[in-house]
Amino acid sequence: MEISSTRRSFIKGLVAIGALLALPATVLAALVRPSAAFDSKELDASIKSLFGDLPVEASDRVNLKAPEIAENGAVVPITISTDIEGVESISVIIENNPNPLSANFNLTDAVEAKIATRVKMGQSSPVRALVKANGKVYYSTKEVKVTIGGCGG
Amino acid sequence: MADKSVKIRGKVKDGVAGVKTLISHPMETGTRRNAETGELIPAHYIEEVVFSHNGNDILTAYWGTSVSKNPYSAFSIKSAAPGDTVAVRWTDNTGASGANEITLK
Amino acid sequence: MNLTKLIALLLVTVVVSAAQADPEADRLAFRELYQQKFPAVDLAEFKDGVYAIDEKMREQWLEMEDFPAYEIAIDEGEELYETPFANGKTYADCFGDDPGIKHNYPIFDESVAEVITLEVAINKCREDNAEKPLPWLVGELAEISAYMAFSTRGKSFDIKIDSAAAQEAYENGKQFYYTRRGQMNFECRSCHQQNVGHMLRAEKISPSLGHTTHWPVYRGSWQYVGNIHKRFQECNIQVRAVPFEAQSAEYRNLEYFLTYMSNGMELNGPGSRR
Repeated sequence: MEISSTRRSFIKGLVAIGALLALPATVLAALVRPSAAFDSKELDASIKSLFGDLPVEASDRVNLKAPEIAENGAVVPITISTDIEGVESISVIIENNPNPLSANFNLTDAVEAKIATRVKMGQSSPVRALVKANGKVYYSTKEVKVTIGGCGG
Repeated sequence: MADKSVKIRGKVKDGVAGVKTLISHPMETGTRRNAETGELIPAHYIEEVVFSHNGNDILTAYWGTSVSKNPYSAFSIKSAAPGDTVAVRWTDNTGASGANEITLK
Repeated sequence: MNLTKLIALLLVTVVVSAAQADPEADRLAFRELYQQKFPAVDLAEFKDGVYAIDEKMREQWLEMEDFPAYEIAIDEGEELYETPFANGKTYADCFGDDPGIKHNYPIFDESVAEVITLEVAINKCREDNAEKPLPWLVGELAEISAYMAFSTRGKSFDIKIDSAAAQEAYENGKQFYYTRRGQMNFECRSCHQQNVGHMLRAEKISPSLGHTTHWPVYRGSWQYVGNIHKRFQECNIQVRAVPFEAQSAEYRNLEYFLTYMSNGMELNGPGSRR
């Protein structure tokens, strides 16, 4: 019983690999929304969920442009760029938000490694920009202060 | 294909197209309460946006609830020419979707 | 000279100077005040509000202006503006072919002896064409005025005070600006002149010169486009005063005064603010 079950799994696995190999590369790279990473409330768990076991390291080649003091936490402009070659994805994490992962942009070669977006911040927080390239994750972090107010204009 | 929910601007300079998009969407987090009734306003946010160039998908964005209301995105296409098309299509967590396309100048 | 005579003389002086109050002299003094506070800033830059005097905030603002959320409101407003009323007429039948007329508002309408803001004029146009007036502060009316403001971009305020009645409305608006109110006992001047450019908690206080150039505004704290009377109400609430109704005579006169102070300045609305 035990043996045949294992064997069946093994055969299933072989069939699955065969099916994968038969598919064109573009379909192999088909993207799926990393929902678990978005749903995670923990910074580390979210990163782990997004990148698996890839090594994650700080890098000054990841350029994160974000305001020191956000005009408004509801609309914080963020620009992430890098000169690292072969970028697969660029992600934004707001460490102190209830769900830290904010956005995950998946790039192809046709696009320059520079993305601008606007995010919500519930409170002051480190903002982390993560770049996935060549089997590694590179990141840089910037502290963004969020204040509450109402007399601009 | 034209859809008022998506505004796209694209400009070609030295063979590179700078593209900026603005999508009209509430991006509700699901944690806000209605000020009058006190009831939670259900989460309503864009989950996926696909940007394409001449019909090829070139950038796929996955978003959570913390992307700002009326989401803005900007990026550049490495090799583009006037007359090329740039399209955006989005879907949200309720299954709603929108799309628009422009011709680069 | 005895005391009674002195008081009488003083009273006469006050009455005469009030009667002779000259809006143009007020305007020049108003500008001079800001020029002295900010000698390095070209006063024309005050059309950008607080971003004229804060470089870091200006940088973020320019990023927002790159593709501001109010563009959605402009589009909506244009569609509403172009859509004929049930009787087949359109806003153009009220305002003429060019919707870019915000630089003339508020207008003092001699026939009713009242200040008419652009929002009042839009709703009057609707009512004249048997349509229901729209809510003042946000929504379709703000979108229509956003479209009209956008169409007016580049033109300069040309507010006129041509009669004694208009002068009186101006004086009332001026008086509002310089009257202490609320539990905080603040005048508009207390913040927007005496403490302009200083921080009020986390906010840098904006100058009154140019206060009306960029409305309606998409405020980050609102997350939609709203009209200036909504901001007046918020300001009053912030000094813990009871706010007036939108488009009340008080706020219309205040807008008339404030806009006259910005006469000659370029309009660049709608705007985006934090």
